[in-house]
Amino acid sequence: MHSLIRTHATEISLLGVIVVISAVLSFATANFFSLGNAFDLLNISSVNIIFAVGLLVVLIAGGIDISFAVAASVVQYGTAIALGWIGGGGWLSGFVIAASLGVLLGCVNALLIHRFRIISIVATIATFNIYFGLLMFFTRGVSIYDLPDWLTDRVILFEREMPDGTWIEITLPVLVMIICVVATWTLITRTTIGRQLFAFGDNPEGARRFGINIGAMQFIAFGWLGLMAGIGGLVQAHYAQEVVPNALYGRELDVLAAVVLGGARLGGGKGTVLGCVLGVLLISITQNGLNLMGVSPFAFKMIIGAIILIAITLSNTRLERLLPFAGWKGTRR
Amino acid sequence: MGHGSMHQSASAARTDQPLLSLRNINMTFGGVKALKNVTFEVRPGEVHCLAGENGSGKSTLIKVITGVYRPAEGAIIEYDGDVYPHMSPVTAQERGIQVIWQDLALFPEMSVAENIAFHEVLGRPRLVDYSRMRQIAIEALSRLGITLDVDLPLKEYAIAQRQIVAIARALVGEAKVVFMDEPTASLTQSETDYLLEIVRGLSASGVAVVFVSHRLAEVLEISSRITVLRDGALVGVYPADGMTQSKITELMTGKTFDQHVRARAKDDQPVVLDVRGLGSPGQFEDVSLTVRRGETVGITGLLGAGRSELALALFGMLKPTSGTFSIDGREARFASNRDAIKAGVAYLSEDRLSLGLIQPQSIADNLVIASLHKILSGGLLSDDRKRSLVARWIADLGVKIGHQADAISTLSGGNQQRVAIAKWLATDPKLLILDSPTVGVDVGARAGIFDIVAKLAESGLAIILISDEVPEVYFNADRVLHMAQGRIVGIYDPHQTRLEEIEAAVYA
Repeated sequence: MHSLIRTHATEISLLGVIVVISAVLSFATANFFSLGNAFDLLNISSVNIIFAVGLLVVLIAGGIDISFAVAASVVQYGTAIALGWIGGGGWLSGFVIAASLGVLLGCVNALLIHRFRIISIVATIATFNIYFGLLMFFTRGVSIYDLPDWLTDRVILFEREMPDGTWIEITLPVLVMIICVVATWTLITRTTIGRQLFAFGDNPEGARRFGINIGAMQFIAFGWLGLMAGIGGLVQAHYAQEVVPNALYGRELDVLAAVVLGGARLGGGKGTVLGCVLGVLLISITQNGLNLMGVSPFAFKMIIGAIILIAITLSNTRLERLLPFAGWKGTRR
Repeated sequence: MGHGSMHQSASAARTDQPLLSLRNINMTFGGVKALKNVTFEVRPGEVHCLAGENGSGKSTLIKVITGVYRPAEGAIIEYDGDVYPHMSPVTAQERGIQVIWQDLALFPEMSVAENIAFHEVLGRPRLVDYSRMRQIAIEALSRLGITLDVDLPLKEYAIAQRQIVAIARALVGEAKVVFMDEPTASLTQSETDYLLEIVRGLSASGVAVVFVSHRLAEVLEISSRITVLRDGALVGVYPADGMTQSKITELMTGKTFDQHVRARAKDDQPVVLDVRGLGSPGQFEDVSLTVRRGETVGITGLLGAGRSELALALFGMLKPTSGTFSIDGREARFASNRDAIKAGVAYLSEDRLSLGLIQPQSIADNLVIASLHKILSGGLLSDDRKRSLVARWIADLGVKIGHQADAISTLSGGNQQRVAIAKWLATDPKLLILDSPTVGVDVGARAGIFDIVAKLAESGLAIILISDEVPEVYFNADRVLHMAQGRIVGIYDPHQTRLEEIEAAVYA
């Protein structure tokens, strides 16, 4: 139990922050504390969670990616056009196309980083600009509204009216999100490749001496994020029922903040799927609560920025310092 | 081919048949001969020390043996009945040749179990078998007689335990010979004793250990034979019995050093530092001492005795909660080390590589970083002034450099340390605190550093010399203070106390 607290300090303190914020919001607003709202939150957060678990893998491997959100937009367009060519398609062909395009775009980043030795932040800022520039140039900023029906129709997998009159629903995005979360969790904690990713992010030179294939690590990490970006892009198009070229622009920083909030370390070797999910949920809950409280959306960013700072401070210092041994460790510098 | 001679040598040495034997090892890097016709031999189960200064070829030799480097044509590597023209890392590992690198190559965020049984996640992709990894780790640790919580991330453990994890990892591969590159460099005395005990245990169980260390005392204590290299060539192989530290030093450097006590009485000089009952809870308590102009006060004691913490307090980086201290008669109340530097305190940190010097930056920039205000011209940094300031100190301290603009990382440990000292001297200090100034510095270069220290003291600087190697303070300080558990427990005059007495007290 003690070691559980020590090794999962971030997740536990995040959970604590979420509980506190939820408690405050349920007193402050009438509608927050309902199952219906909880499921709404899950539906809203799905795309960000899909992105987040992808980004987590890159952070664990010691990289960073700024380009994945606009890459997801490129995938949306590419998929919409490709579906047009094959005469509509369906969910299966949609996912295959979106996933392949996503992996391709992720591998471009890996190629730049591994082959040309460009550090990941520079490489992905460059691809961020290239992807977004190409997208705006070729679409002239025009959105696509005539998507296939199967893509824009809501898919409700489960719904039920609760005694309090609200509806709980589980939609397709939630299912896809759960699959992505479980798949990522399996990859990074249950497979040897995942452990190699951790080792590579933790101590690249050490990993090299063990003969770990460094190039493969980069392609797996960025390829996985590309896969998640592709899937997330398609799910977002489904959720929004349209494809807007700049819809996801700026999303990369929100997701990055959420993942780091969840305990992933910029620099590699550290991070959990649970922390990542909690990080996204914390931001969504705050946003949702502020919404219900009628706070001006213009104030959102400011408040969320503050929450991120508070939560990171809490998870990095307070909880660990509350535990024994902390002071002892400090004296050794 | 080669087979016949193998049999011959096998029959020649009956009982001491070597496990590993290298002959004709030549290695050239860009025209520089790193190894010149070296021979080297390890017997099963022995503890063999590989001694030599930095650049003498120790690491290169280890890398040849472990297959990282391929030696020049004509090399013969005989290992456990097989002859190889060169090794490969895979073969070396499979045949039981293991290395514990100086930087350990561990993964601090991963669990102890994963670090020890890391080979379990290598190879073809598959699911991880955590329970198997735990079992391997626990077994490897129990072979060493150690229990650690194998589920905790490695970073939760101190460096000594990480060292043990690295050893445990080496043992997992059925090691026959383990190379340890400077395993004690960052260990305290008691941790070192612990490690040496483990090395003895390995040796007793038939695993040969090749030990590389700068600390000659432990080399003599642990090894049965010593191979000395100098400038890439073999000097000789010597039994440890009958060897002395000064003899090894002579063999390593090719020079003779006569060590004598330098202590002089400085009672007539004005007091520069006066510390009265200084304390900081859990770090040091009730410390009183004075340092006079031109005096060198040595502080020794085990790592963790509070030596460095005391130094940090004097340097304004740690706030003492009780007691006072004054510099030149003026009570010091430092809010930060900026105040301390202004008051004339300079502190050469213990960890030169990460804290003392900025490795990628140039020699000149490193040297002037603490005294930038002196090279201003019209409010801006002046390159001319920088150049002349740097040139002066480089000449004064006899630093061997190529060009001022070269990165500091291109210098040897001894020369880096000289630059670090120059950096602080450029601030015109009254009190210079040297914390473990010879860590990572070759034996040969150490004498040069202490010559500088003596010259500085002669010029009137008050010096505190901190070291966990008692001989260093004994031979180079005017007084020796012994710190243990945060207190000064002994004060010695090197003229009146024998080195062995102080060592017995410190290492007890």
